[in-house]
Amino acid sequence: MAETVYIPASQLRHPGRLLRSMFRDLADCRELAWRLLVRNVSAKYRQTLLGYVWVLLPPIVTTAVFVFLRRSGVFEVGETGVPYVVFVLAGMVLWLTFADAVNSPMQMVGQSKSMLTKLNFQREALILAGVGELLLNALVRFALLGAVLLWLGVGVPATALLIPVGVLTLVAVGVGIGVLLTPLALLYRDVEQALAIFLTLWMFVTPVLYPPPTAWPGSLMMTLNPVSPILDTTRAWLLSGAPAHLEGFLLVGAGSLLLLFCGWVLLRLAFPVLIERMGA
Amino acid sequence: MSGRETRIAVERATKKFCRNLKRSLWYGLLDLGDELRAGSGRDRARLRPGEFLALDDVSFEVQPGECVGLIGANGAGKSTLLKLLNGLVRPDAGRLAIRGRVGALIELGAGFNPILTGRENVYVNGAVLGLSKRHVDAVFDEIVSFAGLADFIDAPVQIYSSGMRVRLGFAVAAHLEPDVLLVDEVLAVGDVGFRMKCFENLRRLKRNGTTIVLVSHNMIDVSRVCDRVIVMEGGRVVHDGDVPSGIASYERQLLGEADGRRETAEDAAAWIDGIELLDADDMPRQEFHTGDDLVARVTLGARRPVPDARMIVHVTASAVGVLGSFSSPHANFRFDIHPGKTCLRFSMRGMPLLVGSYGLTLSLYGPEIPDFLDAIRMAATFKIVGPPTNAFGYGVCHSVGFEHDWALQEVSEEWAS
Repeated sequence: MAETVYIPASQLRHPGRLLRSMFRDLADCRELAWRLLVRNVSAKYRQTLLGYVWVLLPPIVTTAVFVFLRRSGVFEVGETGVPYVVFVLAGMVLWLTFADAVNSPMQMVGQSKSMLTKLNFQREALILAGVGELLLNALVRFALLGAVLLWLGVGVPATALLIPVGVLTLVAVGVGIGVLLTPLALLYRDVEQALAIFLTLWMFVTPVLYPPPTAWPGSLMMTLNPVSPILDTTRAWLLSGAPAHLEGFLLVGAGSLLLLFCGWVLLRLAFPVLIERMGA
Repeated sequence: MSGRETRIAVERATKKFCRNLKRSLWYGLLDLGDELRAGSGRDRARLRPGEFLALDDVSFEVQPGECVGLIGANGAGKSTLLKLLNGLVRPDAGRLAIRGRVGALIELGAGFNPILTGRENVYVNGAVLGLSKRHVDAVFDEIVSFAGLADFIDAPVQIYSSGMRVRLGFAVAAHLEPDVLLVDEVLAVGDVGFRMKCFENLRRLKRNGTTIVLVSHNMIDVSRVCDRVIVMEGGRVVHDGDVPSGIASYERQLLGEADGRRETAEDAAAWIDGIELLDADDMPRQEFHTGDDLVARVTLGARRPVPDARMIVHVTASAVGVLGSFSSPHANFRFDIHPGKTCLRFSMRGMPLLVGSYGLTLSLYGPEIPDFLDAIRMAATFKIVGPPTNAFGYGVCHSVGFEHDWALQEVSEEWAS
């Protein structure tokens, strides 16, 4: 029979043991993650009349607003290569996937407080279930995007097959950031408030609504903002087939794995401390 | 030394908590920093401003198949200890070692979503508790019949009564086969039939070698399943041993809350000075057995004479309240109090009280109804520590032991028709 020992010393003092338990829990939590995903998704829409329309409305509304602003000349953007509607909608779908990914870990952990303070289960399941839910939302939005492309008769290059890679990278960066923020967000509500404002700001310095600027200082957003190269590359795969920021994509992609892993370790270390402060 | 088979070994476990929220959050952040710096945790036991010890130097061991009751007043540290055993929080000093799979009957119906049906929630709850889908599939009908919810299983859980919800939660959790089971106050729900099913389930697990730690405020429940009790007070273990003395010691704590509270009339002519409990041989004693004689020696003080005084004694059981009272006039005992000291004795012969703690409240009166002089609540307390009661319908239990006889009677012609 396996013996579990709890002592005051930091779990980091035995990195091997920590890693083993992390990967064991990850393997063990798949079924729980699936159950939680099914639960969350089925419960979410059972009490709504419009169901998935609520997932589609945010990108539709934002797209409509910016298409209107551009038509009326309030808002100037450069050449996008494809109809602006398609360009913005693709950008919004990708950006919302990223934003969902940042928010998901703290939402999932936050809404499971009573479970966390009473029961010991593989908490990785919460994060995975959150990822599953946001990927499902992304899929629904991509279906809308596909419908718009068909309707407008915009052709799609073969590189569109790479979209899942782009989306997963975007999710990895988002979840990595979200997981890193979760411990702090659970202690202090300020984080959630600040994040909402910060994400809005972030969207405007990411080439979501306009093509990447080439002139300084606008070009800085391609080098300093990690989301830009990924979002722009993924959109280019879908629309033009000629991504201009592939090396940035690869760099951020590799970094996102490291980010995810660090976030995971942090979360493991933080849970006992956080649960203690969550009270009953 | 812990044996090879010891399921739970707690060595000098200590846990601190902070009462102030802002401070507590800040300390949480500091602890997190410490964790990230791979600290040895050696200075974690040091108390920072505003912190107190929720668990203070707690040590014990539990063997396979043993069921330990963890009892104590609110805030004594029971739930904290369960959280440590469950691995939810880590000790600030000391060490806990748990052998085998841990199951918890703590939050029944964890993960239930009110919008979803009972059926869907059974699968979610099962997964949270670590039961595979295949396992739940196999025992699904059993779960539904155990909970007695066949008609409701496809209705959303939000229309369930709280009792139904808990029953469903317990029915799922009952299918865990852990090596160590932690139970927190969950047996207090449901009707008698359901509760008996729960106890039967705990006893079955125990027979199969599961170690159980049960937190409860209901001493009848504790005496039903536990072989041993640990009594906690202010984060410390104050008793670890047999069930009857444990229960008596916990109930003594409860009586203690009202201990010695005194009410004296203004400018009273006489008052109660003290009381001492003795056994039949006049030896001072606090612990008795059911059926023992108890003798009390009461000293009174006076500044003016009180003729024809009366004394009333109330016997209180912590679990029930006042059980009964008796008085000196009822026993045709008349006494006068003179200035200086007066000493009187009363005895309770063959006390019919069962395992638990009891308190005596003394009141002193003059000859007439309004002549109140002095009263002391719980002036003395005593414990009944044996023989053990049996709450499973095979013995006597609760507070009073009744004399009883049984016989079968011939059914007469008249009744049979």
